[in-house]
Amino acid sequence: MTAQPFHRSQAEMLPERAAPVTTVGIVGWLRANLFSSWINAAFTLIAFYLLWLMVPALIDWAFVNADTAGDNRFACTSSGACWAWVDQRIDQFLYGFYTADQTWRVDLAVVLLIPALAPLLFEGVPFARQLRWFSLAYPVVATFLLVGGIGLEGVPTDKFGGFMLNLTVGLAGIVLSLPVGILLALGRRSRLPVIRVLCICFIETVRGVPLITLLFVSNIILPIFLPPDVTLDSLIRVIVMVTAFASAYMAEVIRGGLQAIPRGQYEAAQALGLRYWQMMGLIVLPQALKISIPGIVNTFIGLFKDTTLVIIIGLFDILGIGNAMVSNPDWLGLSTEAYVFIALFFFVACFSMSRYSIHLEKRLDTERRE
Amino acid sequence: MNSFLKTAVAGAAALLVAGAAHAATLDDIKKAGVLKCGINTGLPGFAYTDDKGKWTGFDVAYCRALAAAVFGDPDKVKYVNLTGKNRFPALAAGEIDVLSRNTTWTFSRDVDLGFTFIGVSYYDGQGFIGRKALGVKSAKELDGASVCIQTGTTTELNLADFFRVNKIKYEPVPIETNEEARKAYVAERCDVYTTDASGLAATKTTFKDPDAHMVFPEIISKEPLGPLVRQGDDQWADIARWTLNVLINAEEYGVTSANVDKLAAKAIDNPEINRMLGTEGSLGAMLGLRKTWAVDVLKAEGNYAEIYERYLGTKTPLGLARGLNALYTNGGILYAPPMR
Repeated sequence: MTAQPFHRSQAEMLPERAAPVTTVGIVGWLRANLFSSWINAAFTLIAFYLLWLMVPALIDWAFVNADTAGDNRFACTSSGACWAWVDQRIDQFLYGFYTADQTWRVDLAVVLLIPALAPLLFEGVPFARQLRWFSLAYPVVATFLLVGGIGLEGVPTDKFGGFMLNLTVGLAGIVLSLPVGILLALGRRSRLPVIRVLCICFIETVRGVPLITLLFVSNIILPIFLPPDVTLDSLIRVIVMVTAFASAYMAEVIRGGLQAIPRGQYEAAQALGLRYWQMMGLIVLPQALKISIPGIVNTFIGLFKDTTLVIIIGLFDILGIGNAMVSNPDWLGLSTEAYVFIALFFFVACFSMSRYSIHLEKRLDTERRE
Repeated sequence: MNSFLKTAVAGAAALLVAGAAHAATLDDIKKAGVLKCGINTGLPGFAYTDDKGKWTGFDVAYCRALAAAVFGDPDKVKYVNLTGKNRFPALAAGEIDVLSRNTTWTFSRDVDLGFTFIGVSYYDGQGFIGRKALGVKSAKELDGASVCIQTGTTTELNLADFFRVNKIKYEPVPIETNEEARKAYVAERCDVYTTDASGLAATKTTFKDPDAHMVFPEIISKEPLGPLVRQGDDQWADIARWTLNVLINAEEYGVTSANVDKLAAKAIDNPEINRMLGTEGSLGAMLGLRKTWAVDVLKAEGNYAEIYERYLGTKTPLGLARGLNALYTNGGILYAPPMR
């Protein structure tokens, strides 16, 4: 009997087998994400039950049983939402009291925003170099389009309203508060006592009061101290106050980033003979800002939502104008529809900012993370 | 009003007194070319936007009439929208020339805050609305009821007074804005809802089944609403006061936006109308205005009755009967001094 050679191991590779059905595909995903333990399974079931209760009712209300046409609320006879007035008043939601035959200027300003922002936000945009010059000029172009002047009919800023007011105040605040915030953060860590004390005073004062108070002061108290014939534009007051408020928060967010940069980075930069601004601009700030992105975007989102407070000084943003419109006797009692509609605008704007921040963090991520 | 606001207003007023005593508001308005009129940020029937985005309503109509008195053009108004909190500081600081924002004329506002109420344009009062299913016929039977109420207003204080006087208990459900209070009532978070009677009528029309609710007969407070100006410029206060009086007197004399041009063409055999419309005497000059100022006032939005019926009356969705706001000759208490 010939002895068979005894193999502890397989001579050839076994064919690949499909992964167990419980770890791949839908079932695998469900097991991993929704039913990984008894507690998770219970929460999943509860969540599904709640969705099952809410979603059909919401769809019924918003779509199935909704009225979309009519001249007043008495035309809305079904049990669901009454979108007829949103349809009738969409221009007011978007443009506020902006001169009706001039709204194309707002549209144009929004369209031009795309080429202005694209080279700043994304990589690989064609003609990025040339477009950056346009980005730089955009604030002037937009102001000219919105306010008017040479050749264009002038539109006073108190006619700004609706979502375009939120966008104007929000964007101006975002664009201005980042550089101001950076300067304040650097100032607070400065070795020069005067600069440091001034920055600390500004940050702590502005951060110590609610935005609503700042707006109130700018509108009611400020005129008392100014000479009677000096009138400050309401919109400029708002933008200044919102910027001041956001930059105080921004400064603290960025200071957090600055403090996370190891001392060695500063010392290495100094050892290379870099001056203060070179050290900050080339070595420290790029790292500090990168780790501050979530906080910075958080402040932006907060700022954008704070633009609804302008009603306190009599400007009508999308929320204020919605409230004013449901006071029309023809459309009384439709505030739910107004709030839902307005919430959509804010959700889209804030969610995009949040997604972009995640995209930016991934793009700038130079550390290898598991 | 909280004490901070009071201090702020008093401070603002004090700073302004020196200038205001001599400042001729009328000259400032003429120089600016526009009347700055403080109105609500949105109140059914009184101030709201139409589908063109123009401000309109009962309070807005007064602004337009006043602008017509000053400029002869009702469109020369800049509306400044004010909340309950910032309306008084705005008037004290000179951000507006006149406040026409459903403001109750009270002692402390008139005296302590340094304003001049120029008359009453709408007599309101606080009432209750409840479900008929409660089986209650009167507000005095509301013992133990929960009441939805807007906080920080005179309504809250009136309510406390009413229940204390009648020795009954209630459970307040305080809510920030009127609209939310209305929603809370609809969602049955409270048994009854209280606000000014005009607001109750507006609210009732928004219910799916208005007949299931009733407004109780009790009106528990006096809410005389009217325009006001800063103290210290009597000429401007007179212009504001007599603009309102023209609206009311015109209704009494039967002058409307339709027939005012004809009546003002030449003196007729009614001296009261002649004096008002400037075909006799010189009332306009006494105010520092044009001879035909009252004609312009009436052409803006019509007389009091026309304005009332257009924005609040029974043909509007609000459907408010004239009630107290009828002329004294029709069973109401609307009564303007004579034009002589």
